[in-house]
Amino acid sequence: MTISAVVPRFEVARIRADFPILSEVVHGKPLVYLDSANTSQKPLAVIKATDDYYRHANGNIHRATHLLSERATALYEGARAKAAAFINAGDPHTIVLTKGTTDGINLVAQSFARSTLRAGDEIVLSWLEHHSNIVPWQLVAEQTGASIKVVPINDLGEVDQDAFDRMLSSRTKIVAVGHVSNALGTINPVKSMIAKAHAVGAVALIDGAQAAPHLVIDVQDLDCDFYVLSSHKMFGPTGVGVLYGRARLLAAMPPYQGGGDMIESVTFEKTKYNQVPYKFEAGTPNIAGVAAFGAAIDYLSSIDRAAALAHEDEVLAYATAQVSAMRGVRIIGEARAKTGVLSFVLDGAHPHDAGTILDQQGIAVRTGQHCAQPVMDRFSIPATIRASLAIYNSREDIDALVRGLQRVREVFS
Amino acid sequence: MSELSDLYQEVILDHNRRPHNFRVIDAPTAKQEGYNPLCGDRLTLYLSVDHDTIRDVSFQGSGCAISKASASLMTDALKGKTVAEARELFDRFHAMITSNPETPAADLGKLSVLAGVREFPTRVKCASLAWHTMKAAVAHESDAPVSTE
Repeated sequence: MTISAVVPRFEVARIRADFPILSEVVHGKPLVYLDSANTSQKPLAVIKATDDYYRHANGNIHRATHLLSERATALYEGARAKAAAFINAGDPHTIVLTKGTTDGINLVAQSFARSTLRAGDEIVLSWLEHHSNIVPWQLVAEQTGASIKVVPINDLGEVDQDAFDRMLSSRTKIVAVGHVSNALGTINPVKSMIAKAHAVGAVALIDGAQAAPHLVIDVQDLDCDFYVLSSHKMFGPTGVGVLYGRARLLAAMPPYQGGGDMIESVTFEKTKYNQVPYKFEAGTPNIAGVAAFGAAIDYLSSIDRAAALAHEDEVLAYATAQVSAMRGVRIIGEARAKTGVLSFVLDGAHPHDAGTILDQQGIAVRTGQHCAQPVMDRFSIPATIRASLAIYNSREDIDALVRGLQRVREVFS
Repeated sequence: MSELSDLYQEVILDHNRRPHNFRVIDAPTAKQEGYNPLCGDRLTLYLSVDHDTIRDVSFQGSGCAISKASASLMTDALKGKTVAEARELFDRFHAMITSNPETPAADLGKLSVLAGVREFPTRVKCASLAWHTMKAAVAHESDAPVSTE
């Protein structure tokens, strides 16, 4: 008997049943949700965790002696430990809970980069980056006199590794790249990019917002210095994220924001900061959100990730074949390693018009620049239609998309 | 339920395919860029104003059908109008595309084909891009009388 005979197939119908919103009717049509790279939908377990938190555990964390505070703290710190395990960080104290990926990158830029960069230093980014992995570096470059170098991409939407090699030098202090491109779905070879960054003495930050819902992440194996992600892209609530940082770097970094919970003692003469990671978590955080994020990690951990990824890859391959077969379609981003995203343009129909016509048929896609204007400029297009996938999508969703695009064709024939 | 056919009327599709006044004016009295960063729509509006009257107006750029048709229809409507009349038309147009879809739409002549945008709130920015660009362009024209040598 072969192994495959005993491994159950990935049951997408069972997964779909976990997500109540997928039964929603929009504009009189069943919802076809193909916008998970924008934000993912939430399983019942996550919705219930939010509800449970406010019914049974709401209190402030780390502050009071009563039972509710104890429960809230346990949920909050429990989620930190789950996040550490999810990306194989080892020590949960290397996990800073943030508002999301954008917040995490800004934290590293304003704390680590601002305190270490000097005029003439260089920050290396890729052409694929989301605006949130561009603008925080522009801000800190302006503040410190550092400059930004951008690694070009090829016509497939892959980061040019030879150009990357050439751009690295002793001036390079930070390399910040996405694990997976939100606009095109390209999976970057981050492990080798991190090693190359280290070889010239730079630190590497990986934007994992789009990788977290699809790939198994191991920050120790990657050997990255910082890894950031967002809860809401991986079936958790909005407004919560993770910054993993190498322990010795986090320890040396100055606080990002001042306030309660991030201090050990305060007098008007001298304030002593709390230890890592609490010194980066000023103020009362989104405790319910973090508790529900913990439930999202539990949910993702409960499914067979390898089978889920194989399923997503199969649906993406099907989508690519079906959409490519249509007349007048140009696929944007044909990287050899891709996950979760099909970006394309249609002859004669602007993405924004296509988006409205698809929406009228219950099909949710994103149209526009995807917060990645340099990528659009690179391909000389103003925008794309982006269908993005999660574990709950199926071939039926793609068939609906193709029917929807045929309707777009009819209107713009 | 909002109807696609209210939005994509034949007139709008025609203006999208063959926009009017889609050209550059040499030596315009005002030239203004308009940009919608959400969807990437981008246009350049050219105005030729003489004695406070819009003698010629044109545009170039790329955008969705709604923004292109709106720019095309707007340029047709503005020719011969005074700057004050253009501003007043901006207000009436803006009111029409943001009014309650349950109420009767204002009659703005040929511009009324864009009233369907009311039913699609996410598309109001597309329909108003050219108009906001025009408003910015005439701001340069208004304070002092336009120089006529």
